[in-house]
Amino acid sequence: MSILTLFVVIPVLMLFGLWIARNLNQVRGVMVAGASCLLALSIWLTITFIQMRHAGNTDLMLFTYSVPWFKPLNIAYSVGVDGISVVMLLLSSVIVFTGTFASWQLKPLTKEYFMWFTLLSSGVFGFFISTDMFTMFMFYEVALIPMYLLIGVWGSGPKEYAAMKLTLMLMGGSALLILGILGIYFFSGATTMNVQEIAQMHNIPVHIQKIFFPFVFIGFGVLGALFPFHTWSPDGHASAPTAVSMLHAGVLMKLGGYGCFRIAMYLLPEAAHQLAWIFIILTTISVVYGALSACVQTDLKYINAYSSVSHCGLVLFALLMMTQTSCTGAILQMLSHGLMTALFFALIGMIYGRTHTRDVRRLGGLMKIMPFLGVGYVIAGLANLGLPGFSGFVAEMTIFVGSFQNADVFHRVATIIACTSIVITAVYILRVVGKILYQKVADPHYETLTDATWDERVAVCCLIFCVAGLGIAPLWASNVISDTLGPILEHINSVSAIAAL
Amino acid sequence: MMPEVTLMALLVITFIADFCGVGKEHRWFNPLVCVLMVAHIVINIFPVEASTAFGGMYQTNASIGVIKTILALGTLIVLIQSREWMLRSDTSFKEGEFYMLVISTLLGMNIMVSANHFLLFFLGLEMASVPMACLVAFDKYRHNSAEAGAKFILTATFSSGVMLYGISFLYGAVGTLYFDDVAAKITASPLTIMGLVFFFSGLGFKISLVPFHFWTADTYQGAPTTVTGYLSVVSKGAAAFTLCAILMKVFAPMVQYWEYLLYIVIVLSITVANLFAIRQSELKRFMAFSSISQAGYIMLAVVGNSALGVTALSYYVLIYVVANMSVFTIISAVEEHSNGNTDMDAYDGFYTTNPKLAFVMTIALFSLGGIPPFAGMFSKFFVFLAAAQQGSKWAYLVVFIALVNTVVSLYYYLLIVKSMYIKKTETPMPAFRSNVSTKIALAICTAGIIIMGVCSFFYDWIEVAAA
Repeated sequence: MSILTLFVVIPVLMLFGLWIARNLNQVRGVMVAGASCLLALSIWLTITFIQMRHAGNTDLMLFTYSVPWFKPLNIAYSVGVDGISVVMLLLSSVIVFTGTFASWQLKPLTKEYFMWFTLLSSGVFGFFISTDMFTMFMFYEVALIPMYLLIGVWGSGPKEYAAMKLTLMLMGGSALLILGILGIYFFSGATTMNVQEIAQMHNIPVHIQKIFFPFVFIGFGVLGALFPFHTWSPDGHASAPTAVSMLHAGVLMKLGGYGCFRIAMYLLPEAAHQLAWIFIILTTISVVYGALSACVQTDLKYINAYSSVSHCGLVLFALLMMTQTSCTGAILQMLSHGLMTALFFALIGMIYGRTHTRDVRRLGGLMKIMPFLGVGYVIAGLANLGLPGFSGFVAEMTIFVGSFQNADVFHRVATIIACTSIVITAVYILRVVGKILYQKVADPHYETLTDATWDERVAVCCLIFCVAGLGIAPLWASNVISDTLGPILEHINSVSAIAAL
Repeated sequence: MMPEVTLMALLVITFIADFCGVGKEHRWFNPLVCVLMVAHIVINIFPVEASTAFGGMYQTNASIGVIKTILALGTLIVLIQSREWMLRSDTSFKEGEFYMLVISTLLGMNIMVSANHFLLFFLGLEMASVPMACLVAFDKYRHNSAEAGAKFILTATFSSGVMLYGISFLYGAVGTLYFDDVAAKITASPLTIMGLVFFFSGLGFKISLVPFHFWTADTYQGAPTTVTGYLSVVSKGAAAFTLCAILMKVFAPMVQYWEYLLYIVIVLSITVANLFAIRQSELKRFMAFSSISQAGYIMLAVVGNSALGVTALSYYVLIYVVANMSVFTIISAVEEHSNGNTDMDAYDGFYTTNPKLAFVMTIALFSLGGIPPFAGMFSKFFVFLAAAQQGSKWAYLVVFIALVNTVVSLYYYLLIVKSMYIKKTETPMPAFRSNVSTKIALAICTAGIIIMGVCSFFYDWIEVAAA
């Protein structure tokens, strides 16, 4: 039994605990205990992982464990982590932990809310620890469906429409994925669904790869907000309750990028090289279009949702550049965007909970009334636009440097276009910060509002600590990521070099 | 022959018990029948040796034994959940008849799946259909039920006629009706192809594949809910398994002909049924279209034309039994407590008043829609796997269309979830305590939905038998 299995076992135990919980305090107790365990476990895992690497363990995957599941179909429950999954697990547990505090005062049906929330997080954790295509896919879907009820029941605004749209679009993506997985499985002739082993066999004919690559890439890309399949994202995020927006933008959208890299590019490397140009164009559009759309929104959540489209587009963009630096940047961007967008959504939720509006035009002067939330908002904004000292800067810097390493005109032009998003981000962030925090108080009724409560302070401080921590000391993370990416990118690039000959 | 023997014994015991007046005002008639059914399952759960009887007309093997157990399990759930309905004053006086009809249809299905000769197969089929028509018309004082019974018997006899016509073509072409001999002698000629098409259409009626599905919606709506559940899982499962076995075994030399037939029928069934299901506002009608599309998914397993496909099909039927019976048990319970209301609107705000039932219903619908960690996702994935294994681009195309349709089907399953959880209404259905039998049936179904996916045990059980 691997220690990693705990990442799934703890949420299942939490579900059980929630089920038997009798009152609100017990529900909260179970959630805090479980989320803390997960956080402690992932911190321990990260430290141990780094130590093991220092001790000279160069295996591709550590903590591996595999047990046959549906044996005749070669499906196994196999887990293992490399540098990328370790940091993703860390990110997820931070978001789940802070999400718990961000939804501390949620009503009604608190217990049910947390049950679906926990089921969602078990899917996320399961996805990141899996190394078997089927298991991975199963956890992926586990993470998607609770979204429907979480948004539909506890959301705000046109929630039914948003929930249905989000669920159907993401399920459409996973329908494409199933076909891709079946294609990879049968055409590789593998007797396993293990990602690593299929990658090593590497015997899918190139013309077959070119058929299935778009299926897998778009399948995951839908969740990664790839243009033009991103339309679920603004509506979904805007309608979702706070913690769900946090988890969804913070972690779930990363599943898309992670899957694109782990399955589409790793298993279908030749096709990845040959078809990358199409997706580079699409992701460049995502980056710029998302940022421009954010400029014209008036709802705080819509602004942040479009900003997520732009930033997640950057993740896919960087992955497709396929240099070691750019891919390291992509993973850093996943981490950084996950943390700061969660911070953003948490703050927006807290502001909305007080003012009952998210309309930029009706907000103003909040810094004077709720200084704690105001400062938090400024920090989140500055991190988002890539101020040095925060995580956003590290990630975007690495991405653009890495992308520019490609010597040809096409890649460089795409990089330059994508770079403009930095400026546009500054426009929409600064405009909003100035408007809602610093102008005169828009509504006299706001004067009576209170600042953050203790549970909100816990969530916000924890996230600010992570965002700033990653910005000030990014080296450990980028080393962990970069070490892991080396062999994978070598695999992707070398086999295509052979194919080119 | 053990399952048939025990079923006959069951039938006789039920008859005697009814004859002795157990049914009159005795509340343990239903438990008695359920216990006997459990005994039947336990006796027959062990794998059987391959053997034949009646001069080779009847055959059995481990794989057939497994499907019989699955059918018996489905019937058991039907019997358990029928108790609440059987306590009603207009049905309680004919309780014995209901059990006998159910058991005799099951006996017919057992013979049908065990047939090794077209005549025995036909005999089993008729044994399953005629009592089924009585069951559909069981609430005969209700206008719908009688109408549904008439529709069912007319289409059933018509399809039997078509099928017999097809079988006569085959007999004319090869001169024998034994499956093994037909398989050895059959070659593609206009006569045998016509035979294949007619035979396929006949069974297509029973499985309610598009374009042979026109009776389904009316019959499902009109039949008593318990019977609708029975019709949609057990009857359909038996017919699907038989069609699969006959296509793969008897028509093996004509695979390139029936494969295209299958592609067309599957794509039509799934797509057309899904499009119609979206528009339904009556839950039983809705489930009728849902079950047509599920039949399409079941047939997808046959596309692979392999042992993997047979396993996937049996597994799909098993999980379909628990998931669909769960939904029908709830519909039935709600119907009993709301004066026969089966409209979807009746479920608005259901969660606020009956949270447990709503939750169980949600799990069952998620399973039908193919959402993990519930079992439906696994069975769906396995039929896709079995179909894709065939490897041709047409097979991949059919899988792709089926996959796109899973999204559509998810949409309409979510409509019910939405109505239960999200929609607000002034007058939600009042809270009610359901009967113990209903609870037991739901517990079995829900446990099945959760465990059968996560544990590979059930798959291994079927797989070992099929190998």
